[in-house]
Amino acid sequence: MTVIIRDEGFVSEDYHAEWVTLASDTDPATLSEFVNAPAIRVEFPSFADGRGFTLGRLLRTNGFQGRLRATGHVIADQYAMARRSGFDEVEVSKDLAERQPEAQWLARADWRAHDYQTRLRQAR
Amino acid sequence: MYKYNDFDEAFVRERVAQFSGQVARRIDGSLTEDEFRPLRLMNGLYLQLHAYMLRVAIPYGTLNSRQMDQLAYIAETYDRGYGHFTTRQNIQYNWPKLPDVPAILEKLADVEMHAIQTSGNTIRNVTADHFAGAAADEVADPRPVAELIRQWSTDHPEFQFLPRKFKVAVSGATADRAVIKAHDVGIYLREQDGELGAQIIVGGGLGRTPMVGKVLKEWVAFEDLLPYLEATVSVWNLLGRRDNKYKARIKITVHEHGIDDIRARVEERFAQIKPAFGGIDREMLSEIETHFAPPAFRNAPTDEFDRAYETDPVFRSWADTNLSAHKATGYAIATISIKKPGDTPGDASADQMRTLAGLARDFGHDELRISHEQNVILPHVHKSDLPRIHAILKATGLATANVGLASDIIACPGMDYCALATARSIPVAQGIATRVEELGIEHDIGELKIKISGCINACGHHHVGHIGILGLDRAGVENYQITLGGDATETMVIGDRTGPGFAYDEIVPAIERIVETYLALRLNEDETFLEAYRRLGMAPFKAALYPAKEETAPKEKANAA
Repeated sequence: MTVIIRDEGFVSEDYHAEWVTLASDTDPATLSEFVNAPAIRVEFPSFADGRGFTLGRLLRTNGFQGRLRATGHVIADQYAMARRSGFDEVEVSKDLAERQPEAQWLARADWRAHDYQTRLRQAR
Repeated sequence: MYKYNDFDEAFVRERVAQFSGQVARRIDGSLTEDEFRPLRLMNGLYLQLHAYMLRVAIPYGTLNSRQMDQLAYIAETYDRGYGHFTTRQNIQYNWPKLPDVPAILEKLADVEMHAIQTSGNTIRNVTADHFAGAAADEVADPRPVAELIRQWSTDHPEFQFLPRKFKVAVSGATADRAVIKAHDVGIYLREQDGELGAQIIVGGGLGRTPMVGKVLKEWVAFEDLLPYLEATVSVWNLLGRRDNKYKARIKITVHEHGIDDIRARVEERFAQIKPAFGGIDREMLSEIETHFAPPAFRNAPTDEFDRAYETDPVFRSWADTNLSAHKATGYAIATISIKKPGDTPGDASADQMRTLAGLARDFGHDELRISHEQNVILPHVHKSDLPRIHAILKATGLATANVGLASDIIACPGMDYCALATARSIPVAQGIATRVEELGIEHDIGELKIKISGCINACGHHHVGHIGILGLDRAGVENYQITLGGDATETMVIGDRTGPGFAYDEIVPAIERIVETYLALRLNEDETFLEAYRRLGMAPFKAALYPAKEETAPKEKANAA
């Protein structure tokens, strides 16, 4: 069992079609193949493995506009990082969601605030 | 100096609140120890040999008197009355208590400082030439670019869980005083067709596999700088090895794939991500530049300096070693040595910090710098004030006239503090400094950079010392390897190993033999140690270090056979 987390908190699974699932060691040169996929899950085998954030960003840079989910060992402290890297939502195990309950994720739902990257990327 | 805007201010406050929450969530079990560890590290908090250690960033080495006073206050209130300046322009507190850390971070935020990304697998505190904005040989002040990179790298969402740490340094002068070529990315500001831009060096580093950085791109326009850096880190984040932490740094990635392959990947990634940058970053850089406008230098006679220089030999000796050429007429850059022989290199007491803050306030346009050589600098001093400054330094034990000399030693904390260390560094530095002082030969020796690391991670930069010392553990016994001929500047060279290491009680005499050999063989007083080594090679030093064993030895061996 897993728990899905979005800006509004813990939500139940509402996507029941096909996923493309990408491992954290996916070759970035292959990402353009998935641009038209309806939904992509990027795996986070460990919270210490930050490759997924760059993969998420590159999928968006390549033009992927579908649902993008970070799945695996992502901690609440990384929620803002995932959102800022282009992910729509995070999926974690029930165990982790029990250890880090909804309030801890909601605390980072303001991921648009205090973000140097947004400031630095605006148009002139 | 850079002044926080409302965004920067709110950011550091929010960050303190987040970290306080993380400490509480570790205590209540929401975060496992494994999960908490990188979070505390990216906020500068280490668990060391005896206690926690808090590493506070001094971005690009620049601070004002108010900030220095606050560092003194923190040292007195939350530590044991001193702090340690490091080789990456940070200050470390060795004895903070975990429950006090949020309060310390608040005190830092009060003076626009923080401990963010001074550790962890993140982009670390951006360092720069410690003479920035003052040096006579400067093409451009590196600090605006360093501040822009600080902002870009701070809490960068993709780069908080990198394969390993990532260090960036910036220099804008002819002489490289920032060890640019030993950084993951080093930046030399260069002019091309009348426009300033950045030469990008990649893949330098010391540690167990020392490498001199290579040119990744000859010239990058400022409007492309952040996307180019982002492309570089993005490529490495996916390509860098995560199977072995000793092979994770970008220097290994560059070594394994080749610089041309890395360059091609970075160029391709740059083309992909550049459109995401709307161009405001270039305007932000221009805005940041206004914060670093030079102070209003005064035009005054230097008679007082000239008189003291002629009549006071102690002052003259200090002026000869500790002053550097300033870009403004009548001004000098004064380096305050934190290397009094017998003391711990880089350690400053709260009283000394306050003295330094006062000098900056009264005589130095309110500016201070911390050098990677672990000294403190008054970058803008009118020469006429120097005799008075020197008198105050003398009264507070800060007038050591040894900058660039044999006792101005870089040393890591070593086994006295560090959990990674395999040998002591501080007492070796103290032993060498005390010995050269006893012999009174330091000024005769002239420029000599001795650098000591207490383990293979090379925080003491031993590979690039003219004389480098590496402390190892050989079956439970400290053993010190020596390297010669290292060079930390734009002509960077990794030093050559002399041969077998020396025991703790042999290392100081060994260094003395090296110095004696140099003094005996140099062409004249103008030939520096490094020049002499380059001319003579290893042989005479090796002969002095490892005298042939008693001549009967081979015979005995033959008999035994």
